[in-house]
Amino acid sequence: MAKLMDITQLIRSKNAGPFTLTFDFMFDRFENYRRVRDSGAINRELFSRLYGTPLEDVEIYSVDAARGIKVTIPRPITQGDLEDSDQYGCQMFSPLLEIEIPD
Amino acid sequence: MTDEVKVLALSGMLGSGFLETSYKRALSWDPDFIGCDAGSTDGGPTSLGNAECSYSKAAVKRDLRLALLGAREKRIPLLIGSAGTAGGDINLSWTVEIAKEIAREEGLHFKLAIIHSEQKKDYLKQKLAQGKIRPLKPAPPFDEKVIDKSEHIVGMMGAEPFIRALEAGAEVVIAGRSSDTSIYAAIPIQRGFSPGPVWHAAKILECGAACVAQRTRGDCMFARIGQGYFVMDPPNPEYRCTPVSVAAHTFYETGSPIHLYEPSGMVDTSTAVYEAESDRVVRVTGSGFVPTKTYTIKLEGAEKVGYQAICIAGVRDPVLIRQIDSWLDVLRDKVKQRVGEMFGEKAANGGYIFNVRIYGRNGVMGNREPLKDRVGHELALVMEATAPTQEMATGIMGMAGHAGLHQAIPQWKGFTSNFAFPYSPKQIARGPVFRFNVNHLVEPADPYEMFPMEMMKI
Repeated sequence: MAKLMDITQLIRSKNAGPFTLTFDFMFDRFENYRRVRDSGAINRELFSRLYGTPLEDVEIYSVDAARGIKVTIPRPITQGDLEDSDQYGCQMFSPLLEIEIPD
Repeated sequence: MTDEVKVLALSGMLGSGFLETSYKRALSWDPDFIGCDAGSTDGGPTSLGNAECSYSKAAVKRDLRLALLGAREKRIPLLIGSAGTAGGDINLSWTVEIAKEIAREEGLHFKLAIIHSEQKKDYLKQKLAQGKIRPLKPAPPFDEKVIDKSEHIVGMMGAEPFIRALEAGAEVVIAGRSSDTSIYAAIPIQRGFSPGPVWHAAKILECGAACVAQRTRGDCMFARIGQGYFVMDPPNPEYRCTPVSVAAHTFYETGSPIHLYEPSGMVDTSTAVYEAESDRVVRVTGSGFVPTKTYTIKLEGAEKVGYQAICIAGVRDPVLIRQIDSWLDVLRDKVKQRVGEMFGEKAANGGYIFNVRIYGRNGVMGNREPLKDRVGHELALVMEATAPTQEMATGIMGMAGHAGLHQAIPQWKGFTSNFAFPYSPKQIARGPVFRFNVNHLVEPADPYEMFPMEMMKI
């Protein structure tokens, strides 16, 4: 087992416009990218549970050339609304760091 | 047609800065034009709602001065999109005034095209009635009332209005809200290069040097776009583009890294091939583009929610920290009672919002915080009052801060003072607050009707 943060070069969250939140998992080694991609550890249920997103609204992409996996969800709170606490959406990724990836 | 178009991207955002050495080096490579995006929604709805740039005049003027001087020296076009962060008419004229000021100071003369992107309410109502406005997903409800209560609504222009300005002889274009990519795609499209690599290159360019392997500060980027390919070549000699760093930039601030939507169609990066030309230059081939059947323009709008005042209060007392929730419930009741006394019963019942963010517990993630029970040894309370006027918001905040300062803590007998205020006065007026209220597409009759142009000689 490995923690996701130990085998990625970057985990980030960010707005993709005011209504969408996107998470990027970038890898410096292709084997690690493939390992995480194929493990299924980054899945719709995980994001639904952590961010309260309906399953059907979680989009997952993987791009070999970029050695990256992307997950996009509707922003739980629209950017800048009174309840929003993170204008850039950039500190929403922390609960993902310790996701366990099987060997 | 020349073989290549050479593009100098100033930075990710006008006003965010770039190194003059990188810029001079890029200019020496004889670019065909200079582009710079000046906008973003990242800072929130205020720059659109309150029509103010998120960068200072000094920051924008520094970047724009170098851009204008370089463009005039080389006799090449300068294209600025999303002026003044939000691209509304006031944001646009603010940027144009800075350009005029620089021209006066430097003795520059040029033909300037100003392209507006702020939308008239009647036009949007007419489009709505015709069924020519549809929601993106996710989108808030949009009707005539939303149009009426919006402070400003802008359309995000494509490449066509830029091309029209250049065809009319513009040497400098300052445009309202534009898709970041349209700034960089306009001239290569005008010159007949195939749209896949052009739009893909434009996406990689739009953040300046963000597509390099390890960015240490914002800087310029340089691209050569040819028939069926583009090449990324960072002018900062310390920066390297790698096939992975360029491919990875399609991830940045996009919903999908594979399909990127433009007014005129969809960029498809799934077939793109990234190859190293050297250890710091990358060539990309195979990018696709699927033209749309219906040309669409994305709208952005902001409406005023009210006025706000905040108060930051540190809490170090462990006795208070361990009962903070129930204690704040008591404070909320007290605030409501005092609002009634100060502003009347109507105000006390739904006429204001009092909210407390608790940093040191779940201030960042709120209800989505998985470690909600792990509380720090000190907390920062960020209290906020939102109300229909600034006077009321500031009044409520001052009152609430004082009420909390001395609110009893049951375990302490006697008169307590509970808040470590870092600032005097403790309450800070934030001015008007806004919300984004539109995430919709319009079908215009043509790519130009939403974006009227003015030409002038500077």
